[in-house]
Amino acid sequence: MWWNTILLALREIKRNVMRSVLTILGIVIGVGAVITMVTIGGGATAQVKEQISSMGSNLLMVTPGKRLGPGQSSNVALFKLNDGEAIARDVSSIAAVAPVSSQSLKAIFGNQNWSTQVTGSDNQYFKVTNRSIKSGRQFSDSELRSGAAVCIVGETVRKKLFGGQESLGLNIRLEKLSCQVIGILEAKGQSTMGMDQDDIVVIPIRTYQRRISGNQDVAMFQVSVQQGASTDKAQRDIQLLMRERRHLSPSDDDNFNVMDMKEIAKMLTGTTQLLTALLSAVAAVSLLVGGIGIMNIMLVSVTERTREIGIRLAIGAFEREVLMQFLVEAVVLSSFGGLIGIVLALSASVWLAGVLRVPFVFNAGIVVIAFLFSAAVGVIFGYFPALKAARLDPIEALRYE
Amino acid sequence: MIAFSQTENHPFIELKGVTKVYGTGQAAMHALRGIDLRIDEGEFVAVMGPSGSGKSTCLNILACLDTPTTGIYKFKGIEVGKLTRSQRTRLRRFYLGFVFQGYNLLNRTSALDNIELPLIYRRISAIERRKRAINALETVGLRGWESHTPGELSGGQQQRVAIARAIVTEPAILFADEPTGNLDTARSREIMDLLSALNQNQGITIVMVTHEPDMAAYAKRTIHFLDGLVESDEQNGRAI
Repeated sequence: MWWNTILLALREIKRNVMRSVLTILGIVIGVGAVITMVTIGGGATAQVKEQISSMGSNLLMVTPGKRLGPGQSSNVALFKLNDGEAIARDVSSIAAVAPVSSQSLKAIFGNQNWSTQVTGSDNQYFKVTNRSIKSGRQFSDSELRSGAAVCIVGETVRKKLFGGQESLGLNIRLEKLSCQVIGILEAKGQSTMGMDQDDIVVIPIRTYQRRISGNQDVAMFQVSVQQGASTDKAQRDIQLLMRERRHLSPSDDDNFNVMDMKEIAKMLTGTTQLLTALLSAVAAVSLLVGGIGIMNIMLVSVTERTREIGIRLAIGAFEREVLMQFLVEAVVLSSFGGLIGIVLALSASVWLAGVLRVPFVFNAGIVVIAFLFSAAVGVIFGYFPALKAARLDPIEALRYE
Repeated sequence: MIAFSQTENHPFIELKGVTKVYGTGQAAMHALRGIDLRIDEGEFVAVMGPSGSGKSTCLNILACLDTPTTGIYKFKGIEVGKLTRSQRTRLRRFYLGFVFQGYNLLNRTSALDNIELPLIYRRISAIERRKRAINALETVGLRGWESHTPGELSGGQQQRVAIARAIVTEPAILFADEPTGNLDTARSREIMDLLSALNQNQGITIVMVTHEPDMAAYAKRTIHFLDGLVESDEQNGRAI
């Protein structure tokens, strides 16, 4: 009986190529979309988490302004260099404090020019951001004090301006400032936000203030806490110190922000997770659309199939034989479509992961869920109309219009 | 399997007071109003009557495709109404053949596969199936058309495939609902000659619905239906 039923089902699939292909296609699209989206989303989340953990969780950022969300546009006093000195001096368990001011400028060398991020800071910056000098040297104390026209460039900037040429000792121009390249940073790759961390030029903070921003302000301080020390305590200490230095009365809100990397990390993972959820929702819709496609095909062919059932019953098929045939048909089509969908989705995911430079994270759960859902849709809409038809008297099934 | 008594005491087919009502209440339509009928083995019966006289309904009931509202249908002494659904299916599978008015072949399916279908349900081996299907196709004169689908065959050819499918199981009785309804005279005569030959040579009992007296003349017995009742029942003088 089994072999006969499978034979009948496979014959039916072969004879109705168009219907079979459309059913399979619906499942392929549904399964494929869901798996691809969720896999890529999962990869992005994993990448963010990995990068955050590589940055270290002992980093604090001290920025002026109230916590207003992304804009932070309140008009409050900016920091000065001595704020950073105060943090380094008065807060215990601090490893390094780096003043950071930056803006986007065009760097020019010969006939090459490249728009890059120019950052004013000091040698603490390399410590805080966990970067090292590949060739050349750090700033000297006298250069930092006097605001000398020297710079340390990132790998991207070096490549764009100098190509294969030896660059140490050459002068590049940043707007009106001509400065000598004294060091090249070790390459670090893309950041969590997708920014190229090697697209950077670092100059002494005093040089920045004098020659580029034209004021004595510091946009923010990046603080790294000693290994093993409590970040929360350092955060609180800096907060108290800053309130005191800015003469805030107890009733005033902070007009600055001490942000923990953990918070930033949480925010970023939250964002990617939201994105993944969004993508999954879109994918779920395509799964649904695929399901409706299958449903339509099955329902459109219900008249023909009901007559077919009538014929089979009339020439001596048992109800259960007919039902088993329809069930096998539905299961074969659904699983075939599901398998193709899985294979396509995984290939697409591997490829996309390469293109988007996110890790490929295999999510078995979603593969199973997508497969089961589409199989269920295929089986339900393939089997239940048949169930109805097979219960009729043969003559009623034959008369079905 | 149903145990059929092989004694001659029981008539082959017997209907007693069979009625069929479609719908209920005011809208009820009485297709059959009490049919008493007896058909013996080896007969060739033509059932005639105007449209709506209940002849097709009666044929469907005889072929176990439909169930009577009231009355008794006995097949070889077995009361069909008391059989379960699957027992009736077995009856169709092993004893009955049916040629539909609209052919009712499976679309996009070759003539040979269509003819093999009832054999698949009888669990006949693939080789035996093929052999018997080709024989049946030969009988209806369609050798060379094995791989054609219904869409590629003319009405007469489809009708012959339908007959081949009905006789391939060597049924005890063959029911045919207007087997020549859609055919021209020449094709009709071919089909009727074929049915007569099956009745004469293979001893298959044939019950055929038709509204053409020319075709009914091929049968040995003609039953006239009118308004859900048997109006007349007579042996044909002419033997084929």
